[in-house]
Amino acid sequence: MTTPRTDRGRSPDRSPLNWLLLLPVAIPLIPPLFNAVEPRLFGIPLFYWLQLAFIVLGVATTTLVYRATRRNR
Amino acid sequence: MKTTEIVIFTLLFLVVSGMGFVAARWRRAGDLATLDEWGLGGRSFGSWITWFLIGGDLYTAYTFVAVPALIFGAGAMGFYAVPYTVVVYPMVMLVLVRLWSVSHVHNLVTPADFVRVRFGSPTLALLVAITGIVATMPYIALQLVGIEAVLKTMGLTGDLPLIIAFAILAAYTYQSGLRAPALIAFVKDSLIYLVILVAIVYIPAKLGGWASIFDAAKAKFDATPAPDGITLNANNQLQYVTLAFGSALALFLYPHSVTGILASRNRNVIKRNMSALPAYSLLLGLIALLGYMAIAAGVKPIGKDSNTIIPQLFDNVFPDWFAGVAFAAVGIGALVPAAIMSIAAANLFARNIYREYFNRNASAAQEATVSKIASLVVKIGAVLCILLIDPQFSIDLQLIGGVIILQTLPSVGLGLYTRWFHRGGLVAGWAAGMAAGMLLLYNIANPATNHAHFGGSAFPLSQLGFDTKITVYAGFLALIVNLVVAVLGTFVARALKSADGPDGTRPEDYFADQGDPRVHELETTAPAS
Repeated sequence: MTTPRTDRGRSPDRSPLNWLLLLPVAIPLIPPLFNAVEPRLFGIPLFYWLQLAFIVLGVATTTLVYRATRRNR
Repeated sequence: MKTTEIVIFTLLFLVVSGMGFVAARWRRAGDLATLDEWGLGGRSFGSWITWFLIGGDLYTAYTFVAVPALIFGAGAMGFYAVPYTVVVYPMVMLVLVRLWSVSHVHNLVTPADFVRVRFGSPTLALLVAITGIVATMPYIALQLVGIEAVLKTMGLTGDLPLIIAFAILAAYTYQSGLRAPALIAFVKDSLIYLVILVAIVYIPAKLGGWASIFDAAKAKFDATPAPDGITLNANNQLQYVTLAFGSALALFLYPHSVTGILASRNRNVIKRNMSALPAYSLLLGLIALLGYMAIAAGVKPIGKDSNTIIPQLFDNVFPDWFAGVAFAAVGIGALVPAAIMSIAAANLFARNIYREYFNRNASAAQEATVSKIASLVVKIGAVLCILLIDPQFSIDLQLIGGVIILQTLPSVGLGLYTRWFHRGGLVAGWAAGMAAGMLLLYNIANPATNHAHFGGSAFPLSQLGFDTKITVYAGFLALIVNLVVAVLGTFVARALKSADGPDGTRPEDYFADQGDPRVHELETTAPAS
C-alpha cells in the first residue's frame, strides 16, 4: 500500500492505540454496569451519574488517541 | 401574552438574523458562487468553528425540547441520548478522517458523491441521495416544532410568527450559505450553555435538591404501569442499547453531519473535535434531567403537546427576563441545524440529481445557484409540512428517517473501508433494509398516543414469534437484513459475473491531508469527478 509523501511510508491511521477507542464504545452499552439506583451521588441515582461519567471516559480516550496520532507540521 | 419574554426573544432573534446576513463577508476567500464556498464555507474551518458548527448541527433545538419531554413521559429510556452521543465519537473518529481525505482529493461534497466515485454506480448514488433528502426533510420540519413550543409558551399562537422566523432564516441561508449557521452557532451555543448551567444549579435548589427530584419522578412512574421508571427493566434494556448504538451508527450518515465534517480544514481538526464534542453530550444529559425537574415542579404541558414541557418549566421557575433568554436560546438553536440541514439536502439535489441527470456539464456557478434555490424549496416544504399536516406526522417521519438513513451504512460507512461489496449487492441490501424497516415500523403500535402503526421505534420480538416481552430498535434489525442481503447479493453478482463499477479512488486517497500537494492541486482546479 502506498501512502502520501508526508507520511514517510507510515500510515497514521494505523496505531495500536486506536484499539483503545473500543472501550468507550463498548462500556456505555452494557446496562448491568449502570442500571441501578444505588449508590447515589449528590442524590442522583447511579443510572444517571455513571452514564454522565462515561462521557469523561470517551473524552479521555479520544484525546489520548488524537494526541498520539496527530500529524505535526 | 408575556411582554418581557417576547421583547427579549425578539431582540436576540434580530441580532442573530443580522449576523446571518453579515456572515456572507466573513472569512471570505473567493467567489461565493461555488458549492465549495457556499455549501462548505470554503472547506476552511478550524477547530473552534467546527466545534460550534457541528455541535449546533447535531444537538438541535428539537433534541433539547424532545429528549427531556421523553424523560418526562417515559423515564430512563429517554436517557439513551447520553450513551448514544458518548459512543458515537470514538466509533466514527477514524472513519470520518478517511471520508474527509477522500472527499478533499476528489472534491466530493455529499455522501452520495463518495458512493458515486467509490462504486462507479450513479444508481446507488441516487438512492443514497434520495435517502438523505427524505431523512433530512422531516428533521428540518421538526426544528419548527422546537420554535413553536417556545412561541406557544409565550402566548403567541397562529402561524405568522413561525413563517416570519423561517423566512428570515431562508433569506440569509440563501445569501451566506454555510457561513451563516457557522457564525450564528457561537451565539446560539453560548446562550444554551448559559441557560443550562443556570438551570441545573437554580432549579434543583428551588425544588429541594436532586434526591427529592428523583423521588418525585419515581413516585410518578410507580403510579403508572410499566414500562416506564427511573431505571430500565428486563424488557427494554436491549431496546436501550440497540437504540443508542443504532442512532450512533446513523448520526454521521446524515448529510448535514457530513457537511459539517467536510467544512473543516484538516484531519487534525476532525480528530480534535471528536474529543471536544462530548461537551455537548454533557449538556444534553443535563438537559435531559430537566424532564424530571418538570415532574418535581408539577409542570403541565400545554394541551397534549409534551414538547412544551421545558418551555413551561422555564416559564414557571425563571424570572421573566431570563425565561426570555432561555426561549431565545431554543429558538435560535433551531435556526442553526435548520440552515445546515437545508444546505446539505440542497447540495445532494444539486450534485447527485441535477448534475447527474439534468445537466452533466453544469458549471460550478450553475451548481451553486441550483443548490441555493433548492435550499429555499426545502425550507418552504418544511414550513408547509408543519402548517398543513399534523406535527405528529413530522415526528413519525423523523423516526422513519433515522431508520432509513441507517440503510446507507453499507455503501457509505463500510465503503470507506472496503470495496468488497458489489454495487448490485448494495442496491439489493438497501432495498431489503428499507422494506424491512418500513414493515417493522408499521407494525409498532403505541396505545399511549393512540397509534396503531408507526407508534415508536421499539419493535417487540414477540411479533416475530419469540415468547418474550423484549423490544429491539427497528432500525437495528433492518440494518442486519440490509447487511445480510448485501453480502448474499455480492456473492450472487460475482457468481453471475455481473459487471461491477470502477473504483475511482486509490488507497492513499484515504490518508491525504491539508498541504498534501495532490489535495492542493485539485482544490484550485475545476471540480473533478
